[in-house]
Amino acid sequence: MWKFLHPYANPETTYHFTNKLLPWLIALAALFLSIGLVWALLFAPADYQQGDSFRIFYVHVPAASLSMGIYVSMAIAALSSLVWQLKLADASAAAMAPVGAAFTAIALITGAAWGKPMWGTWWIWDARLTSELILLFLYLGVIALHNAFEDKNLAGKAAGILTLVGVINIPIIKYSVDWWNTLHQGSTVSKIGKPSMSLDMLWPFIFSFLGFSFLVGVIICLRFRNEILARNSIRPWVRELVEKSVVK
Amino acid sequence: MQFTSFNDFINMGGYGFYVWLSFGAAALILTLLTINSAMGHKQVINQIAKRKKREDKLREAKMLRQQQKEFSDKPLNEVTE
Amino acid sequence: MTLPAQSEQLPTQTTQTSAQLSYRHAFMLVLKRDLTIAMRHKDDIINPLLFFVIVITLFPLGIGPEAKTLSRIAPGIIWVAALLATLLSLDRLFKSDHLDGSLEQMLLSPHPIFILVLAKIFAHWLITGLPLILIAPLLAVLLHLDKNSYTALLLTLLLGTPVLSLLGAIGVALTVGIKKGGVLLSLLILPLYIPVLIFATSAIDTAALGLPYSGQLAIIAALFFGSLTLAPFAVGAALKVSTN
Repeated sequence: MWKFLHPYANPETTYHFTNKLLPWLIALAALFLSIGLVWALLFAPADYQQGDSFRIFYVHVPAASLSMGIYVSMAIAALSSLVWQLKLADASAAAMAPVGAAFTAIALITGAAWGKPMWGTWWIWDARLTSELILLFLYLGVIALHNAFEDKNLAGKAAGILTLVGVINIPIIKYSVDWWNTLHQGSTVSKIGKPSMSLDMLWPFIFSFLGFSFLVGVIICLRFRNEILARNSIRPWVRELVEKSVVK
Repeated sequence: MQFTSFNDFINMGGYGFYVWLSFGAAALILTLLTINSAMGHKQVINQIAKRKKREDKLREAKMLRQQQKEFSDKPLNEVTE
Repeated sequence: MTLPAQSEQLPTQTTQTSAQLSYRHAFMLVLKRDLTIAMRHKDDIINPLLFFVIVITLFPLGIGPEAKTLSRIAPGIIWVAALLATLLSLDRLFKSDHLDGSLEQMLLSPHPIFILVLAKIFAHWLITGLPLILIAPLLAVLLHLDKNSYTALLLTLLLGTPVLSLLGAIGVALTVGIKKGGVLLSLLILPLYIPVLIFATSAIDTAALGLPYSGQLAIIAALFFGSLTLAPFAVGAALKVSTN
């Protein structure tokens, strides 16, 4: 059933696959991001309560949900690397960590910039903000652990264990912080199911969300192929490839 | 179109600073990350190329040393001839 | 237990008898050994404790001696100081064993790693967690902690400090092979400590109001049993990576 995946356990195949995938992802990211952001900034209506500051929503919410989504995919990669000894899964987890950290940082910064006009303060120790901050710390810990080891394979395994411990801890952190203090508005995205958000706001959101997701794909692919090359530097196919690109 | 003039657009109904701060920060972080990731490819390739060069040099030196050794191992009369 | 006090080469010595050693025996052996070693280096026990006391005395000096303010922030201060003191003492958990090679011997021994790891963590808790609990009421007096909160403070410390040792062991196991692991350790571990901190201080605060705090206590207990069952496996996996 999973046989079609087997060729991708080979670094060379996967490297060429990411190379082929990249232009498509770049095109999709550019298309959706430009449509989504222009729509969000120029054409989407202002919120009747929050006015034009609501436009931050089109960056803040995609960044926040992607920051969590990337952590989950990193954890899945870490698990498959620990269980099935897939070296490429390690490489992909290493590629994902900085991207996740960047999106967490964006979610925090845009959240602060949204909170200042709405709540009157840049930062409050509210449940959501705090758990997002802790998520950033977890990402930074994973990145630091990746960098602390000379041997990339060891680094991947150690960071994988930390990622999995973190993934068990995330719901705990979330609930503990939820109990502790809460002020953040309820999730707007889950309300999309029931159409409480108007369609002229929903469409630009969907476009920018997809745009950001494709951008994540682009950056992860870029980093992933670097990781593949760095981890397979003694393989003949990498040597050949290096020779070709240096001669150019 | 929600805005009548360009100034209106920049002003964002009084929230201009906050809106542009968040869009600007997001754009900055993502651009830097993308550039860093894209440049990484060249860096990795250069690193590998450098290491390969060094290994080649080492191998050459080893070969040379071996040849010299063979040379010096030869009996003296052969060398002088 | 009539075993002689074990020296530091214990795991190698057990090779002949290891087949007959039960889990309980193995656990007790490692525990005894670690406690013996700790007794020989008393600084390791005293220094984190001193750190705990000094950090707590710094707060009234920095914030001001007003009793009302101090009793308001006492639970938080005591718990944060306990976190930091534990963090400081964690380094010793595997480091010296790693340096003299006995850690590798332990991993090679036929016993399941989680038994040995559990024994080491238990020893660590006895050496660092227990003294903290014993000295905490004294410091609570200095901070004018609310009268109703003493039981809550002790109970949360009793349930919470083992969690700190268990989670901390994961971090130490991950960083034991790294030269400068100290700062990295705090980056890895402190985010994981946050739930314990939140529930413990909330329990103490609730107790000060005279309300039941069994809910928070139950959650800390759940954290304790959860980490008791899962952490030794994570530590074992991490040690295998670090000692590669």
